[in-house]
Amino acid sequence: MEGLAGYVLRRLLFLPVTLLIVSFATFYITRWGPGDPVSVYSGQYRDPEAFARVRAKYGLDKPIIEQYGIYMKALVLHGDFGESFRYRDRTIPEIIGPKIWVSARLGVYAFILTFLIGIPAGVYAAVKQGSWRDPLVIGVLLLFQSIPVLVIVPMLVLVFAAKLHWLPAGGFDGIFSTSMVIPTIALSLGGIAGVARLARATTLGTMNEDFVRTARAKGLSERTVITQHIARNSLVPVMTTVIGLSLVGLIEGALFTETLLGIPGIGRFIYESVTGRDYNVILAVVLLITTAFVVMNLVVDLALIVIDPRIRAGRAGAR
Amino acid sequence: MTSIPPTTQLDIELAHAEAGLRMRRGESLTRRSLRRLLRKRLAVICLVLIVAFYVCAAFAPLIAPYGYAEQNLDHSFDGPSWSHPLGTDRLGRDTLSRNIYAARTTTVVTLATVATGFVVLPVVFGMLAGYRGGWLDALINRSGEVLASIPGLPMLVLITATMRPRFVRWISDFGDAVHWHGLSSSGFADYFLIFGVLSLFGWVGGARLIRAQVLTLRNSEFIIAAEASGATTPRILWQHILPNIMPLIVVGASAALGGIALSEIGLTFLGVGIQPPRPSFGALISDGAPRTVLENHPQLLIVPAAVVAALIFAFNLLGDALNDVFTSRAK
Repeated sequence: MEGLAGYVLRRLLFLPVTLLIVSFATFYITRWGPGDPVSVYSGQYRDPEAFARVRAKYGLDKPIIEQYGIYMKALVLHGDFGESFRYRDRTIPEIIGPKIWVSARLGVYAFILTFLIGIPAGVYAAVKQGSWRDPLVIGVLLLFQSIPVLVIVPMLVLVFAAKLHWLPAGGFDGIFSTSMVIPTIALSLGGIAGVARLARATTLGTMNEDFVRTARAKGLSERTVITQHIARNSLVPVMTTVIGLSLVGLIEGALFTETLLGIPGIGRFIYESVTGRDYNVILAVVLLITTAFVVMNLVVDLALIVIDPRIRAGRAGAR
Repeated sequence: MTSIPPTTQLDIELAHAEAGLRMRRGESLTRRSLRRLLRKRLAVICLVLIVAFYVCAAFAPLIAPYGYAEQNLDHSFDGPSWSHPLGTDRLGRDTLSRNIYAARTTTVVTLATVATGFVVLPVVFGMLAGYRGGWLDALINRSGEVLASIPGLPMLVLITATMRPRFVRWISDFGDAVHWHGLSSSGFADYFLIFGVLSLFGWVGGARLIRAQVLTLRNSEFIIAAEASGATTPRILWQHILPNIMPLIVVGASAALGGIALSEIGLTFLGVGIQPPRPSFGALISDGAPRTVLENHPQLLIVPAAVVAALIFAFNLLGDALNDVFTSRAK
């Protein structure tokens, strides 16, 4: 396990380096943009003197390196992400927090739907390998995956909101409302095919194992063999991997889904912040997602090792 | 993989015998893979679809009945008719023509991005990292790690949104400097920005796979033999290693096509990609998506949506088929 501890430590030590590079790159890029936050901040007033005063107040007249130094100092020493140019008198965590909470709840719904459909479909396809049902299931799911989110959402709105009046056309009012239906479907359609294919591949791998043949040989019913012996051994890794890796997919899906449906989540907020040139907010969000992503990847790697002793053995054997 | 691995002794012997026959016939990996690919009916259909799409795009000015920016405000939101088979949009532009020209954007972006971000960069970086090793390996690996941990799409939106004006200015300055005045009006800057940014984030996965493959190849006997007989490094890389990582390149590039096309469409949809009036499926979808348009003129959304879905589906199925063809064991 010592090699493992070293591995975790190395990756954790590299995290600050990654964040430093990413933060500087993002900082630099945001300072490039057309128009600066001062013009957004000052609204319709165009007074050059006031511009200069506001610039000086926020240090925007200093060289970029110096601005970055000031930003990082405040962030590291006081946990201060700076000020949003669009929402005044609130700290950035206060602004982002509720948005993430909205997106997170949507994300959990999407995960549940993805697994509920993806895993049974994948196992079914694997069990039916060699018949026409296998390519049919996978093909249909692939077809769903091929329709972009930004097409699915308007179509669903047209059918279920505009024509049938079953569902609201957008917005967000809590997790027990029908406004969750369209975003959940839109967010999960892309992932279902991925989960199903992964589940199919791992199930196929497990089906040829000796212990499965043994289970069949001792006369267990096919149902027991599939649910107790094959599924158990092949699906835990699938779930762990997918949960970790689809974080990014969810954020990207949220960008479109939330923008289209007017859901006040983090995806729509990213888009608004970019178009509104809200530098500090963009930086904070990018740093947050980067951290979440790196930590998530590490957790997935570790979880796989902890859950599945075979990977641990493989790792030791490889050394 | 639909092939069932040989299990009985007879199967194994048959497989060996067949492999032996192939070897004697002197069939190259490319030929064998191509033959296997052509045997898959679905893959061939996808290939034909994709080629048809690219041909349409290449000959768009000949095929499209109207120009992509040709307006006729007297015929705004016309339904399908003989002169406009798929109707017209808000500005009276022909929907069919705009879709055909949008295919052009997709073609340029996918081909350029695949060539740089999924072939050239991964091969160069992967080979350097794997074969050279040392600090170069560390540098490439670390850069890749940083790039891979950046949230892709939000960052793409940010970069294209902030860099565009400056980038367009560079390109037009460059155009003036070399007396190529059509450059800035050709929309080249938009295409270049999109495929540049997509390539920047795209190379990491491919480079990692190639590096790993090069690492194992480096210790194989035929490479050691080549080194011992005094082959130069470029020769080893080009003649001995490159052919062996070809499958990785082909599979990686084909798997990436759908994602690249979708990224461009998404960026344009959000308003930071290809700029109007130049058509892109992203722009067409965003024109057709507003509720009033969708309720009264659904074809404005359905046509681009169907084309995009069919194309991405074909890309995905072809990618799968190529993966099968190259990675399944010899048979």
